[in-house]
Amino acid sequence: MNAPVTLAVTLDRLSMRQRAEISAIDWDSMSENEGARLRALGLDEGVEVEKLHKGMFGFSDPIALKVGRMMIAVRKSHASAISVVIPA
Amino acid sequence: MSEAAPLIVLAGNPNAGKSALFNALTGARQKIANYPGVTVERKSGHFQMADGRPAELVDLPGSYSLEPTSPDEAVTRSVIMGEQQGERKPDAIIIVLDAANLDNHLRFALEVIALGRPVVIALNMMDLAERDGLTLDPAKLEAELGVPVIPTVAVRRRGLDHLSAAVEARLTEKTDPLDIVVSKERDHGLRKQAKKIANLTVVSETAGRRWSERADAMFLHPVAGPVILLAIMFVMFQAVFAWSEAPIGWIEGASEWAAVAVEATLPEGFLRDFLIEGAIGGVGSVVVFLPQILILFLFILLLEASGYMTRAAFIMDRLMASVGLSGRSFIPLLSSFACAIPGIMATRSIADPKDRLTTILVAPLMTCAARLPVYAIIIGAFIPARDVGLGVGLQGLVLFGLYIFGIVGAMLVAMVLRSTVAKGPNSGFLMEMPKYQMPRLRDILLGLWQRAWIFLRRAGTIIFAATVVLWLMLTYPKVPIDSPMSQVDYSAAGRIANVIEPVVAPIGFNRDIALALIPAMAAREVAVAALATTYAIDAPDEEAEAKSLTERLQSSWSLPTALAFLAWFVFAPQCLSTIAVTKRETNGWKWPMFMLAYLFALAYVAAGITYWTAIALGL
Repeated sequence: MNAPVTLAVTLDRLSMRQRAEISAIDWDSMSENEGARLRALGLDEGVEVEKLHKGMFGFSDPIALKVGRMMIAVRKSHASAISVVIPA
Repeated sequence: MSEAAPLIVLAGNPNAGKSALFNALTGARQKIANYPGVTVERKSGHFQMADGRPAELVDLPGSYSLEPTSPDEAVTRSVIMGEQQGERKPDAIIIVLDAANLDNHLRFALEVIALGRPVVIALNMMDLAERDGLTLDPAKLEAELGVPVIPTVAVRRRGLDHLSAAVEARLTEKTDPLDIVVSKERDHGLRKQAKKIANLTVVSETAGRRWSERADAMFLHPVAGPVILLAIMFVMFQAVFAWSEAPIGWIEGASEWAAVAVEATLPEGFLRDFLIEGAIGGVGSVVVFLPQILILFLFILLLEASGYMTRAAFIMDRLMASVGLSGRSFIPLLSSFACAIPGIMATRSIADPKDRLTTILVAPLMTCAARLPVYAIIIGAFIPARDVGLGVGLQGLVLFGLYIFGIVGAMLVAMVLRSTVAKGPNSGFLMEMPKYQMPRLRDILLGLWQRAWIFLRRAGTIIFAATVVLWLMLTYPKVPIDSPMSQVDYSAAGRIANVIEPVVAPIGFNRDIALALIPAMAAREVAVAALATTYAIDAPDEEAEAKSLTERLQSSWSLPTALAFLAWFVFAPQCLSTIAVTKRETNGWKWPMFMLAYLFALAYVAAGITYWTAIALGL
């Protein structure tokens, strides 16, 4: 067995339909309330996400993520605080 | 047990089917009120438990967590904790879970169960979960959670008897709530536990139907998505005119018939004039717009029930962000196209206070249904019913333009507010987009009926009262036979209007408009009724009286005046109910007064610019 090769990016730069696992969230870059809301909607370290859609042409903001069986909309500003690893 | 009926609360994530379960358990007898001191709705009803005892059921606002991030969630938390002012401590809590979304929804359930209060789980929307390819084991879930789990399908009334029996069994238990300690670590643990239990409960999972995702590939497409949204809105506004023609004809026919009947039965005099000119003429000219209002509400209800509304918010978020708002404001603002009051109340789900204030202040700029009667009569009278190609009517196009005018105005105002009185950091946009659902005919019809009833009640009360007062003020004092003045000029209302006229004359308004604007402070639709009453009284003879309001407007208003009148109503804050709800939602007079002042100023400027531009263009 090979050791898993992982590639780390932030969520806003993830390619479409790409599955990834959240490795770290920069909680300090957002308010208490925003952080709590992020966690309440299921976005937390160790969660698997998939990027499904992006906003209007020319902006690509916000983005829609599949979290579990839910679809969640997040702005790029929050997505850039979320680091993910893509399993090899 | 106390003497009072036990209090049972329904809690759960948004989109778990909580309201459907509430409706199924309580039937149509529901009471909607407010919690004291906060602007969160308290929806309660009664249901009978298995042994025939009555219980009070309260539908709490949907929450993702006991750790509140909005005023709604704060109420849910304090009711569950037994700390909410004006609410008894609940005797039992029903937590509604979406069976197809366990790993996300179990998180909230675990939080509540951890409090040690009597809890029953309603594992709702089991049918949809099965259709999604999920096979669940409720017994396993029950064993893991340690509380009763009852599978339900609220919309088909399945599992309700079991649910109320389980609730009843838990009522006898006495428990003391534990405290919640909030931390990232706790959130983390909750999520892991939720995921673990969800995995244990799901027996098997197949791909199932993915049509919701396929639909989103189209509706959320970066290019096609905005085009579809624009097309839906355009069709909606065209339909308001095109589909309403026939029913409007019926209502007009009925009110003419009523006027003729009154004329034939009653002797000439006060009562006959009052009934024909005041009551039938005034109220009838407003009720005639019921079909258009219902068509508009039909579209909004369908968009909401299908789940498309959240997609619209997603598409619009980036544009809203450019004026300092978020996609979250889009739903309250779109609801304001029907009526600003539910729109302003819907701002409660906006977590950021500055965002919320801005949304409340611009909500009246969205073209509400009450403006339709005003727009419709003026457009009908002054804009030719021409086809401009591709089956698009010029009248519909002008109406669409007025809506756009209001939207653009709202965006500009929001931008100014966000950098002045509502200054603050740009808030985020985090929102769940539920799966698409086929709207249920019964819910849509119930919604339409409620709207129609509210409108007719308004027509029967506020609009009727304003029309009658105006009619009396226009009829008295009676002009002497030998006077060269007309009845309207001589009347009390006419004299007041003559004082106001110089103020509005620079923006192209005549005395009749000045007259209509006063009673229209109560509600915008009254303007139409007021014009109808004025022209009915002013009619020099029977033949003139028989002319329709449209014909009279055409003969006494110029096109620039008509256009200025339309521009005025895009902005004018003429609705007492909106001012009242703004006062309630902002807890004071400061913001409603601010709203009144800035909207009147904008209305005056917009009408003036429209009038003088139209004159300059030689229209």
